[in-house]
Amino acid sequence: MTAPIAITGGRVICPATGQDGIATIVLKDRTVAGIGRAEPPSGAQIIDASGLVVAPGLIDAGVFRADTAAANAGGITRMILMPDQSPPLDDPALVAFAQGSGKPDVWVHPLAAATRGLKGEELAEIGLAQAAGAVGVATGRRAIADARVMQRLLAYAHGHGLVVVAHAEDAALTAGAVATEGEYATRLGLAAAPAFAESLAIIRDCRLAQATGARLHIRQVTTAEGLAAVRAARAQGVDVTAGITPAHLFLNDMAVSGFRSFARLSPPLRDERDRLAVIDGVRDGSLSILASGHDPQSQEDKRQPFADARAGMAGAQTLLALGLGLVRDGVITLPGLIAMLSTNPARRFGLVAGTLQLGAPADIVVFDEHAPWRIDGDRFHGAGNTPFNGLPTAGRVKYVIKGGDVVWRA
Amino acid sequence: MARTPSHPALADGAHPFPHAHLLGIAALKPWEICFLLDEAEQWVELNRSAAKHVDRLAGLTQINAFFENSTRTLLSFEIAGKRLGADVVNLGVSGSSVKKGETLLDTALTLNAMHPDMIVIRHASSGAVQLISEKVDCPVLNAGDGRHEHPTQALLDALTIRRRKGRIAGLKVAICGDILHSRVARSNFMLLAALGAEVRAVAPPTLLPAGLDGYCVQAFTDMDAGLAGADVVMMLRLQTERMEGAYVPSPREYFRFYGLTEARLARAAADVLVMHPGPMNRGVEIDGAIADDIARSAVSEQVEMGVAVRMACLDVLTRRRRGVEGWA
Repeated sequence: MTAPIAITGGRVICPATGQDGIATIVLKDRTVAGIGRAEPPSGAQIIDASGLVVAPGLIDAGVFRADTAAANAGGITRMILMPDQSPPLDDPALVAFAQGSGKPDVWVHPLAAATRGLKGEELAEIGLAQAAGAVGVATGRRAIADARVMQRLLAYAHGHGLVVVAHAEDAALTAGAVATEGEYATRLGLAAAPAFAESLAIIRDCRLAQATGARLHIRQVTTAEGLAAVRAARAQGVDVTAGITPAHLFLNDMAVSGFRSFARLSPPLRDERDRLAVIDGVRDGSLSILASGHDPQSQEDKRQPFADARAGMAGAQTLLALGLGLVRDGVITLPGLIAMLSTNPARRFGLVAGTLQLGAPADIVVFDEHAPWRIDGDRFHGAGNTPFNGLPTAGRVKYVIKGGDVVWRA
Repeated sequence: MARTPSHPALADGAHPFPHAHLLGIAALKPWEICFLLDEAEQWVELNRSAAKHVDRLAGLTQINAFFENSTRTLLSFEIAGKRLGADVVNLGVSGSSVKKGETLLDTALTLNAMHPDMIVIRHASSGAVQLISEKVDCPVLNAGDGRHEHPTQALLDALTIRRRKGRIAGLKVAICGDILHSRVARSNFMLLAALGAEVRAVAPPTLLPAGLDGYCVQAFTDMDAGLAGADVVMMLRLQTERMEGAYVPSPREYFRFYGLTEARLARAAADVLVMHPGPMNRGVEIDGAIADDIARSAVSEQVEMGVAVRMACLDVLTRRRRGVEGWA
């Protein structure tokens, strides 16, 4: 077994237990063995975390690429993997393989493909996928166009107790679109879909979730109307949660001007009014999960005319720093951010993680919430296409501990 | 051939055209637009003369890289280059290795390695021409990219209007038809608004893009209202595949409500000028008799101005590399 680790002098934050204060945390036998003021056990490896924050390792809910190096550099110890792999995770064997793909540095929790080949037509073997390790099912990059298929998916997944992760864009309205309808899309001559393509999909899926009793998670809610639909459904008792990525919190559709393909995302960036609305959604807790949407693309796929470029950005390494922007802006507290990045996704997907309670897995991130740096995609692990390239930010990961092992240090 | 500059800023010594490329109207100041129009005038005269040739661009290589089918624009750019004495080569869709899977940027680098002095590009994707311009060492002229811009078309339209009407400021210009998919409309909106025209967009609701307020363009879905008092009516081509139920129910229904007929045109100003970027769908968006009426229709003149405007653009954009005094 690994030697015990004692992290001393840091501000220990655990939203699950309510812990927030300077304390020493002792890790032993790959679990959290103690938190408090006691002296570290003899022989323990001491990590001095004075002036730093100590929190449960981040859980990135909904990545498309399980890049372990990028994850660790970003303080992420678990990734919930979207089924949009090559081939799609519509087979239990593929799910089982994906589950082991990040160990030991990062644990990958796959979402099973909801439909065969993610085509939105026939249900995939989601019960067997669950037995193989899937923590939920997902519709993939696109919504399921056929309401009947979606209804059956929700009913069937509910029978297995699985969360359904949905992409909220009406398939017909967004067919061929690469931008949000508005002046910028018109000026650039980009095929665009109205922003309400999102709320239309959310309203349908929430109604179907209500009818089936299913648990629904909308991975990205990016518009004021979409958020209103989520709030209304929750008020009616629908078991629906919603997530967001930093891109939609900090960028609006102006970012695509000049045909910057790094800002080609799915769903597309929205106008300023919608951006401010989703900030409010974070403030009031309607958006409970912050994820990177990590989906890096190769140079060949991005150095294209805007509409021909692939959607997606590298996000794992900037998730924490950009999230800390919400704390600096006074939108949420630091424990509130840790909850969005770790505790809430763990709860939603039933992971034994996202907490520092005694006996919990020793997944820890230690970071300096104030350390300044400049985002530089060229220095990322793997592909570095990010619309935040060049942006000065603050918040650096110092140590990442996965299952009691230090897997990354600055 | 000294002319009085048509914009006060030019008389005050503003640099008439500090751009390396011509990617769109969006980047141009009003006086830069006026300068290009002023420059084009001399070529209108040359093109009407017997000789029709100068050696200004002798020894320079012009590549016309058209990744999307085109007849008239390609021909216009080719003639423009040849009348200025440039060595003009055309790269058409069928001859391009894009079909063989080469990326656009690899194609751009290949063209660049042949040391052209100017590249004229048409591409079906918005922004493609800008992308190429970032990777090559010579001036790039946008001959139409997706639904984004078609700057030389807007310039030739402006030249046509200016010669016929003597001005652009204050004119009511109605641009009618498939605005949603039209790069010609977008470039014209910006150019005409920059020069002080009152611009209207007339189209069925399914073919009107969002955010027209930002262009200072007034949108109309009623053709009669949109044409009321118009000094210039610019018709746009409606592609056949968009008429069979996708955006409008049928060609005949479209003509009934949005076709330019005598009755409808009577609502415009008495001396209205009718324009069309071509190719025309007679009986779909425009009555054939109106198109043929040379008193009102400027369709042929637009084609003529096209060559002159493109000569001006090729000349102006290559002045720096030709070492023309004041352009270093």
